[in-house]
Amino acid sequence: MALAENTMTPQRYLQRLSRWRPIEIAFWLATLLPFVLLPNYLSLASQIAIAALFALSLDLILGYAGIVSLGHAAFFGVGAYTAGLLSAKLGWGEPLTGLLAAAVVAGAVGYATSFIIARFRHLARIMLTLGFGLLLAELANSAGWLTGGVDGLQGIHTWPLLGVFKFDLYGYVAYAYSLAVLFILFLGARRLINSPFGLALRGIRENAVRMPAIGASSRVHLQMIYTIAAAIAGIAGALLAETTETVSLDSLGFERSAEIVVMLVLGGAGRLYGGLIGAILFMVARDQFSGIQPQYWYFWIGILLIIVVIFLPNGMLGGAAKIYERWRKR
Amino acid sequence: MSAPALSTRALAKSFGSLVVARDIEISLPVGARYALIGPNGAGKTTLINLMTGMLSPNAGKIFLGEEDITALEPQDRVRRGLARTFQINTLFPGLNALEAVTLAVAERRGIAGQFWKNVAEHKEAIEEAYEILLKLRLGDDCYQVTRELPYGRQRLLEIALALATKPKVLLLDEPAAGVPQDESGDIFEAVASLSGDLTLLFIEHDMHVVFRFATHIIVLVGGGVFTQGSPAQIAADPGVREVYLGTRGHG
Repeated sequence: MALAENTMTPQRYLQRLSRWRPIEIAFWLATLLPFVLLPNYLSLASQIAIAALFALSLDLILGYAGIVSLGHAAFFGVGAYTAGLLSAKLGWGEPLTGLLAAAVVAGAVGYATSFIIARFRHLARIMLTLGFGLLLAELANSAGWLTGGVDGLQGIHTWPLLGVFKFDLYGYVAYAYSLAVLFILFLGARRLINSPFGLALRGIRENAVRMPAIGASSRVHLQMIYTIAAAIAGIAGALLAETTETVSLDSLGFERSAEIVVMLVLGGAGRLYGGLIGAILFMVARDQFSGIQPQYWYFWIGILLIIVVIFLPNGMLGGAAKIYERWRKR
Repeated sequence: MSAPALSTRALAKSFGSLVVARDIEISLPVGARYALIGPNGAGKTTLINLMTGMLSPNAGKIFLGEEDITALEPQDRVRRGLARTFQINTLFPGLNALEAVTLAVAERRGIAGQFWKNVAEHKEAIEEAYEILLKLRLGDDCYQVTRELPYGRQRLLEIALALATKPKVLLLDEPAAGVPQDESGDIFEAVASLSGDLTLLFIEHDMHVVFRFATHIIVLVGGGVFTQGSPAQIAADPGVREVYLGTRGHG
């Protein structure tokens, strides 16, 4: 292996880093299995795909650029309310344009707050994300005339997808839709990570002090990725609003912000599939545990989180990669 | 006479009552190789931090060529051609050498904001990065992640990252710090082989190295310029010897 690397041109080497691996293709093929094997769980599968997309957006800022956010649900919620209000108040229930509107509005909120986020670091930055999150949640709560407050936003009606596929009770269309959006945005994120910009983000995460010394403006990079991640989180929120035809206050609450961090950490931050694996794990575990002990299920998540953080600092995927490496070197 | 590559005018900085830079006036002609020496705590690294914008001075001005850069941010100074290395490795531990230098090249070429194209498609930037690595004899190690590189190689990578910004003036803060003496020669040979247009200022404690590679020496003591001159002048200066033997009791 080492020998092959030495005789390879640098360009070929970088190309090889970003090529598709068989296990990736297998993963995406496996996401189609619920259609045939678990037709009763398609609604859950749809929720998982949405959570995965949300976790992916967090991974872009947390895993790659090193911005720890405790208020990422703000953008998810803004997206959900944008798509929801578009339908409930303006009577426009076309799903794809709903996603687009959510991306634009959430992206705009992300861009506006990015000026402050990119200026601070460490604990101050985390507290700022938390502060913005709490602020938005309370705004939505107090604007009951618009958002429906604690009762949630009612009266959303999502039109058939592409004018043809009606959203059914079993969730066939919902899952197909969520999965397709997740896959397309995943492709975009994958491209971004392998771009010069993706390299710059890893540079910021690895050493923010060195970046200015190589002529880089970290602030500009951070603002850009924060805006992109906000837009993707907004799309995830809109997907939830459209497929469930309801938006509740907890879509932008602190708990959702914390949950998504947990999912990403369980799966493995800084790896494109970390958020996806984490979302599957978390959502399936919740579904199973809450059937047995609905009020205590966080107890088990707490134990799982502690075990993963202590023994698998890079999450499940990081642990799997380590085992694979060891096995290969043998 | 053309403007110096880098100069300072009455540069001053203090932290509370501690003066770390007093009235520093230095001037580096284009293509010069200057050594900055002085006892520990003389303010050598502070001076580099001031000139590169990592600290802002209380008074005084800094010029790169004819341009006043005193108010510019560090990255803007780098883009104008003023680069530095760090005494303590300040690298990207999780990137390999090729990725790190390619990143620096991409930043200089203004393509680091591109998120729709694969890095591998930027052939010229990658080849430029690889050439820099070859020049510093890092070609064989360039796929190894930085944190696993031997320490001496990491010191070379420090220089490679700075070179990728295509500097006109390069400030080297103890480039061979912590490297065993028999290896430190390699690092300075690499430095010496850099293009003659490049203006260099380096901090170094080993006097053999200083006298061998510097064309001019600045002696810094207690935050101020104690004296400066050619290596022969400095070697003959009894005051410098006193400072280094500690009879002036400076720390």
